[in-house]
Amino acid sequence: MSKELIRLANCTMAFDDEVVLDNINLYINDKEFLTLLGPSGCGKTTTLRIIGGFQTPTSGDVYFDGVRINAVPPYKRAINTVFQKYALFPHLNIFENIAFGLRIPKTDPLGRKVKLSEEEIHQRVMEMLEVVNLRGFERRRITQLSGGQQQRVAIARALVNRPKVLLLDEPLGALDLKLRKDMQNELKRIQKAMEITFVYVTHDQEEALAMSDTVVVMDGGKIQQIGTPEDIYNEPKNAFVADFIGESNIIDGIMRADGVVEIFNRRFVCLDGGFDKDEAVDVVIRPEDVDIVPEDQGQLKGTVTSVTFKGMQYDIIVDFYGFKWLIQTTDLSPVGSRIGIKIDPDGIHVMKKSRYSGMFGDYSSYSEEYEEISGAGYEEDSGNAE
Amino acid sequence: MRNKLSWFAVPYVVWMALFVVIPILIMVVYAFTTQAFEGTLDNFAQMGLYTTVFVRSFRLAFLATLICLLIGYPVSYWMANEGPAFQRVAMALIMLPMWMNFLLRTYSWMSILENNGLLNQLFRAIGLLDLLGVDHIQMIRTSGAVVLGMVYNYLPFMILPIYSVIVKLDHSLLEAARDLGADSAGVFRKVILPLSLPGVLSGVTMVFVPSVSTFAISRLLGGGAQLMLGDLVEQQFLGGAYNPHLGAAVSLVMMVVVVVCMVIMNRFGEGEEQAVML
Repeated sequence: MSKELIRLANCTMAFDDEVVLDNINLYINDKEFLTLLGPSGCGKTTTLRIIGGFQTPTSGDVYFDGVRINAVPPYKRAINTVFQKYALFPHLNIFENIAFGLRIPKTDPLGRKVKLSEEEIHQRVMEMLEVVNLRGFERRRITQLSGGQQQRVAIARALVNRPKVLLLDEPLGALDLKLRKDMQNELKRIQKAMEITFVYVTHDQEEALAMSDTVVVMDGGKIQQIGTPEDIYNEPKNAFVADFIGESNIIDGIMRADGVVEIFNRRFVCLDGGFDKDEAVDVVIRPEDVDIVPEDQGQLKGTVTSVTFKGMQYDIIVDFYGFKWLIQTTDLSPVGSRIGIKIDPDGIHVMKKSRYSGMFGDYSSYSEEYEEISGAGYEEDSGNAE
Repeated sequence: MRNKLSWFAVPYVVWMALFVVIPILIMVVYAFTTQAFEGTLDNFAQMGLYTTVFVRSFRLAFLATLICLLIGYPVSYWMANEGPAFQRVAMALIMLPMWMNFLLRTYSWMSILENNGLLNQLFRAIGLLDLLGVDHIQMIRTSGAVVLGMVYNYLPFMILPIYSVIVKLDHSLLEAARDLGADSAGVFRKVILPLSLPGVLSGVTMVFVPSVSTFAISRLLGGGAQLMLGDLVEQQFLGGAYNPHLGAAVSLVMMVVVVVCMVIMNRFGEGEEQAVML
């Protein structure tokens, strides 16, 4: 399970003077589901294209199974790609799209060209159609399929070649929410069943957490953190990761001793240690880890400034000494009420200061953001009325 | 009408009816009647005399179309893969001759190809004619000259549709093909070529149709020795052999043959994206 398959060593990618990838070091294990997660422009797609062979790093090396493959063109790599907009061939039907890779003669170790027999091609394509639940569609044209079906053809077309690694570039981006959830399960099932390494690119943190064995969080051409979904969520390395994965309140704190952190001049017990005495730190508190208590019992006291009903819970914004927190609770506290909060030691996560400190984790602008989003929806509606 | 704007189409519809549909009907009537307007099939029977003209017209037009395709496809492909600045310049150079008068361009070829023209003078100057022991090389009034004229005049109509299809090809399709194991030759053969067929079909149509019916090129560069269908029709309407009924019949047959060719070609390319018409 944990055999290393792909390694990027000190990979840097620059277009003209713009550095897109800055000294990336990453290894990917065999049969692992690894996700490259980050906002657009973070370098995740470039990383994927380097693995696929569509781009060669400006400096650094790419290894596949211990062999350096910097100069190996895509068609000679045991890697296939599911492209962002599927890139299905419009002049071929479903069967021929999937058979595309199989119809290309392969060179055997003796240097002879080997062609698959028509029966074998037919059998393998039919097998793949079964895997992606598209049996009976083989004679259809691409334009006759829905987005989700095209997506599955793209996956079948890549997997039929039995690659060691499948690269997926935001494959679910164009699908609606319901279909996206179904396809997440589908992809996970296929990956388990076929025992193939998946390298998955997405900007959707929920998707990354739900599907991956390993998540690689990227920003600004650098890897911010590598870990299991649980690690990434519970132990973010810096304010960027904490903010990008889920909701977080990020507060300035001072580490008074191992297991004791001071926020707003009040000491809290936490589980983190290993910092210098009195070191300035970032403290992450997830909105769901806060307990609301009567004001006089609270470790911190604040005023509720906004309440949003989210179905499963209320998102409330609470003003503590001028700093606004997001708290998720099932009990309604009306706007204007005074509340106290309690935080358990395992609800507090302490991080080293980084260049992201102070950029995230304050919910002062929360309500305005919300208004903007709903406003955009109305505009779209009025556009159709004409 | 559903849309108020549709009324703006009325003048064009009237125009089409008056100057396209009705003339075709008149042509059909002429083709099936005698000078006295009595029904007959004689006009078609007479056409046997002109079999060689039919064969020559279609042969030369086919040849010109083939040459245009062989030149035009690589040029389009090469242009489409260069930078945008290059593409603009190349496009301007291809369009430039079309901004000059068609007759002027063809006359220029006459003075180049004549027995005492520029090329023969050049050959004489470098001693080629003496070497061959001839007074001149016959270029004008040959079928080669006619084909040259057609290729020269209609080549842009082959390049433009092919180029516009190739330049719009989705780049990720080419990457997908490479990803699935195709080398550059495979990518071209299995993806670029089939996807550019609609452009090829448009180009072939736009070169073949005017080539098969031309009379100016064959008159000027073929010098009457290479009579083509266009010349034949012209003679029947304006020339000494005045017989509009026969001319109409020839036109009608030519039209039917061209339409049949187009239908066959479109069958061949069926299922491809709609041909790009410029």
